[in-house]
Amino acid sequence: MTIPELEKKANEIRQDIIKMLLEAGSGHSAGPLGMADVFTALYFEILKHDPQNPEWEERDRLFLSNGHICPVRYATMAHAGYFPIEELLTLRKLGSRLQGHPERERLPGVETTSGPLGSGLAQASGYAYASKMDSQKFIIYCVCSDGEHDEGNHWEAVAFAGKYNLSNLMVFVDRNNIQIDGYTEDVMPLEPLKAKYEAFNWSVIEVDGHNIEAIIDAANMAKAIHENPTVIICRTIPGKGVEFMENLPEWHGKPPNLGETIEALAELRTLGGKIASEHE
Amino acid sequence: MLRKEAKLSDKVFSEDIEKVPTRNGYGEGLVELGRKDKRVVALTADLTESTRVENFKKEFPERFIQVGVAEQAMATIASGMANYGKIPFISSYAAFSPGRNWEQIRTTIALNNVPVKIAGHHAGISVGPDGATHQMLEDIALMRAMPNMIVVAPCDAIEAKKATIAVAFNGKPTYLRFAREKTPVFTTDKTPFNVVEAQVFWESEFPKVAIVACGPLVYEALLAADELSRSDIGSMVINCHTIKPIDEETIIEAAKKCEAVITVEEHQINGGLGGAVAEVLSKNFPVPMGFIGMPDHFGESGEPDELLEKYGMKSRHIIEAVRKVIRRK
Repeated sequence: MTIPELEKKANEIRQDIIKMLLEAGSGHSAGPLGMADVFTALYFEILKHDPQNPEWEERDRLFLSNGHICPVRYATMAHAGYFPIEELLTLRKLGSRLQGHPERERLPGVETTSGPLGSGLAQASGYAYASKMDSQKFIIYCVCSDGEHDEGNHWEAVAFAGKYNLSNLMVFVDRNNIQIDGYTEDVMPLEPLKAKYEAFNWSVIEVDGHNIEAIIDAANMAKAIHENPTVIICRTIPGKGVEFMENLPEWHGKPPNLGETIEALAELRTLGGKIASEHE
Repeated sequence: MLRKEAKLSDKVFSEDIEKVPTRNGYGEGLVELGRKDKRVVALTADLTESTRVENFKKEFPERFIQVGVAEQAMATIASGMANYGKIPFISSYAAFSPGRNWEQIRTTIALNNVPVKIAGHHAGISVGPDGATHQMLEDIALMRAMPNMIVVAPCDAIEAKKATIAVAFNGKPTYLRFAREKTPVFTTDKTPFNVVEAQVFWESEFPKVAIVACGPLVYEALLAADELSRSDIGSMVINCHTIKPIDEETIIEAAKKCEAVITVEEHQINGGLGGAVAEVLSKNFPVPMGFIGMPDHFGESGEPDELLEKYGMKSRHIIEAVRKVIRRK
């Protein structure tokens, strides 16, 4: 797909996220909207995968650590062909494969069960370590939030992956600066985040998380780094694409109501896929 | 009397019975598994020697993974490795694993349903001088409350080795409980072992009480049964090594035969083996019960034997409990 086509796809995914959240009546808005461009880049360009065969042995593995942003993963997977788009409206409903937080045994392709924060990177690291033992060629990707860097378990994994030079591990951090109780730098400062990863023997790339071309370039660059694991810190705007949600911590953990949904969808449709990058 | 089919040691009641910690059996089992299957990997959190992973490390350095003093990382890294297809054994003291990393075990191992084997060492009060912080007495309760989890507490070093080997290929999240202290080796290589079946080690002709025990205290239960037989009180001793899934059939049968049950464990009475047995019997065949274990209390520093004596987990306490429960029939 061309970059404009990918941008259009990300916009469609955002619209589905809004519709899913309205239907579910609960869930997280800001994170999924903010990561729509990263997930579009991952599923439509970066990942080696086969939606018809989610258990394909040679596939790249994508671990989602901050499971609460699963609406963006579900929506992107549906658009990529893993399951019918209509199924998205079953999010959080009884019997649905689309659990409020993702479960490995319910939906093929989600790779692991996640939700409680700070544990995804360690799982991805264990997976990367095991696949390195067997000289596997695929790459292990992990998406994390910035807020979950408050967790000790996350930093234990950063130390582990750094010690064992897990070069087959690539991490995307959603650096959107918000968490449930407010701005990350107020709740528990994370900066200097880049320097912290470097101190643990990681390669660090910083990127505009809404510039799909830049995200793809960063992943390509990370694939060429063979000496240690790479973290791509994606500067994102929480709620991106829906102006009244952007940058506000109160949209972290709630869904839009009907009026807000109409407003959000109207805004996304008139954007026509053109999400202006504000980091350039 | 001792059941012949159990094929226990000839020295079971002799003074010079050999004593070996159950954790040694784990270490031996792990090495044997390493030789048997390349998928077996061992992770430790800075306690390689005392959790008896040293020999595995020497023989299979490429399959040994040191994670540092980080039990939460150990559980989650092992989850990733099991998800890939390895068979990871994670070893630490039970106070830290599953004590500290319980949520990681719950979400990334049990709910995720990947076959990580969690070896909790230095469980029980017999850890001794280290004191209450290191005397894990709540682990059976923590682990048996968790769906998908298998919970096994072997009674001696030989059974510990058998249990370690037996659970390796069960494809399920599994908790193995081991003790620090040297304890009598009273089973033999010939003693039958099957994870899903509790074993009757002692059965009198006319048993009046069934003593259901797990871990090294099974030996105290045998001492009690032997002593009781001398005052004409017949009993059964059941080695209930697997607390989850528990062998309901054997327990119900014993309750029907004896009409009184005592449970024995080096664990809090709340939520442990005693609770598991009570759940089975209250639903199927209620009988008077007594509970030997820690009575809602933390431990303290002391020699293992002094502590077992102080908190009432020796054979003489079992005998007292038996006499009491029989009166309630």
